Amino acid sequence: MSTDTDTKPKTNWGQIAADGFWGNNVVFAQLLALCPLLAVTGTATNGLGMGLATTAVMVASGLLIALIRNLVTPEVRIPIFILVIAVLVTLVDLAMNAWLHDLHKILGLFIPLIVTNCAILGRAESFASRNPVGASAFDGLMMGVGFTFTLVVLGGFREIIGSGTLFANASLLLGQGMSFLEMTLIPDYRGFLLAILPPGGFIALGFILAGKRLIDTRIAEAKKRQDAGAQALAS
Amino acid sequence: MSIETPAAKAGPFAHEPVSIPRTMGLVMLALLPATLFGIVQFGWPALYLFVATILAAILAEAVSLGVAGKPVRPYLMDGSAILTGWLLAMTLPPWAPWWIGAVGSLLAIVVAKQVFGGIGQNLFNPAMVARVALLITFPLEMTSFTVPTPLFSAHAPGLLESLAITFGGQGFDAFSGATVLGHVRTELGQGHGLSTILPEVFGPFSGAIGTVAGSMGETSGLLLLGGGIFLIYKRIISWHIPVTMLATIAILATGMHLVDPEHYAGPYYHLVSGATLLGAFFIATDLVTSPVTRRGQIIFAAGCGLLIYVIRTWAGYPEGVAFAVLLMNACTPLIDHYVKPRVYGRDRRGQPIEYANDVEVKP
Repeated sequence: MSTDTDTKPKTNWGQIAADGFWGNNVVFAQLLALCPLLAVTGTATNGLGMGLATTAVMVASGLLIALIRNLVTPEVRIPIFILVIAVLVTLVDLAMNAWLHDLHKILGLFIPLIVTNCAILGRAESFASRNPVGASAFDGLMMGVGFTFTLVVLGGFREIIGSGTLFANASLLLGQGMSFLEMTLIPDYRGFLLAILPPGGFIALGFILAGKRLIDTRIAEAKKRQDAGAQALAS
Repeated sequence: MSIETPAAKAGPFAHEPVSIPRTMGLVMLALLPATLFGIVQFGWPALYLFVATILAAILAEAVSLGVAGKPVRPYLMDGSAILTGWLLAMTLPPWAPWWIGAVGSLLAIVVAKQVFGGIGQNLFNPAMVARVALLITFPLEMTSFTVPTPLFSAHAPGLLESLAITFGGQGFDAFSGATVLGHVRTELGQGHGLSTILPEVFGPFSGAIGTVAGSMGETSGLLLLGGGIFLIYKRIISWHIPVTMLATIAILATGMHLVDPEHYAGPYYHLVSGATLLGAFFIATDLVTSPVTRRGQIIFAAGCGLLIYVIRTWAGYPEGVAFAVLLMNACTPLIDHYVKPRVYGRDRRGQPIEYANDVEVKP
């Protein structure tokens, strides 16, 4: 059991980080976790809170599942993984209710639903059950950071268009010291209700996905040009 | 005999001059009488809103085509963007501020049409997507209707006054009035019977001619009917969708009216009120978003009619044409999947047609 880290190739930390944040991003690339994504991203703050809670669960579940991965037989792995995740989500739910009570009141319904977030079970199944503890926890962290980034971008997008503010109620999450984040970008804004409603979430997600594709295409083109240039120099 | 350019000499030489600009032009021609009537009836603000909506549609189309790297001129000149803006303007409250039309055109062209790949690719009718998005987003502006104030009549706002209404955001409480559908809905909700409500707001002639409060181009039933018949005569649309849709509404309305005439208005009321006629002839018949086959079109139109009646009668909004058309648009791929055109030489199931017994088939 203990030898399996030795026989496997060395953990590529940079690759895990890049995949989690961008290349294999939970939302952008895997299109998982759309339910919480669309439900809570009416404002950037809600997205940030949800993302941080999910990140905490992903790190802990990656860690625990990697620890027990050699004790669990394949036949029962899914129920075990779900139990582990459910315990962790309950802990996060109670912790947020205790220390971030106001934010919990806004996100309340969706925190317990983190347990059904397919991205977490997906990482447990495809990464943590096959990789050592450190790498799994790091993968959970980067996947969570990538997810949080997406939630904040989408939440900010919808909040600006929908109600003309950015990071409203941020002090509920981050403490009074961060209340400078709360911005009213468009004063006397009438509001654009569609952006805050679920259809607006889908439309905004569509545009953000298109933006991600655009960036990826530009990067690939630039790389191709660079390679061509290098070859021309070499010859 | 030398073989030279056989294609040029081979028949048939018959040519049907069908093109997108011609189709769009004829539809606009058919819409013109009802549009002019709407502008005359609701005055300068309606004209300003109409122009603003169409200009925004053209601008949005040009920018989208530019971003997508498509040739701007030929696509812009096909008239589809103008028609989308036109149809949208006809469904708006005539005195709505200009930005309602502009935001609507932006949603119609960018979100409902160009994102899907431009003309011919969209799943939903762009004008109706914009109509529903506006209704959900700006419920106040989208339900503020005006009583008819014909051009040059005593109380109608002048050219400059109208500018203030459309572009200056000036209120017009003095002229506000509910649509027939909205008024009847409210009164029914307060427990009044139709026999007391209807005579006040709805007469057989005002409904058909259109001298009632309503959206800019939806009020005149007769002119819309005339435009629709013109389109059928010109074979731009077939009769299947409009006739089925109107018949479905009429049958449902008649049935419910016979059961309880105090709560369910008769078929005539449903056919000439709101967007029924505009929807049946100009919106549900959109070639892109309706099924391909005749049988599919009949299913589609019957679904539209049923949904319109259900939404008007029991749902939260007084009018449901836009919702009904969008919901059936979503069903169009499914209908097209199950109701396919018959392939030549095969039956509807796709099996080869069997030869009659007395014909000998050589192996």
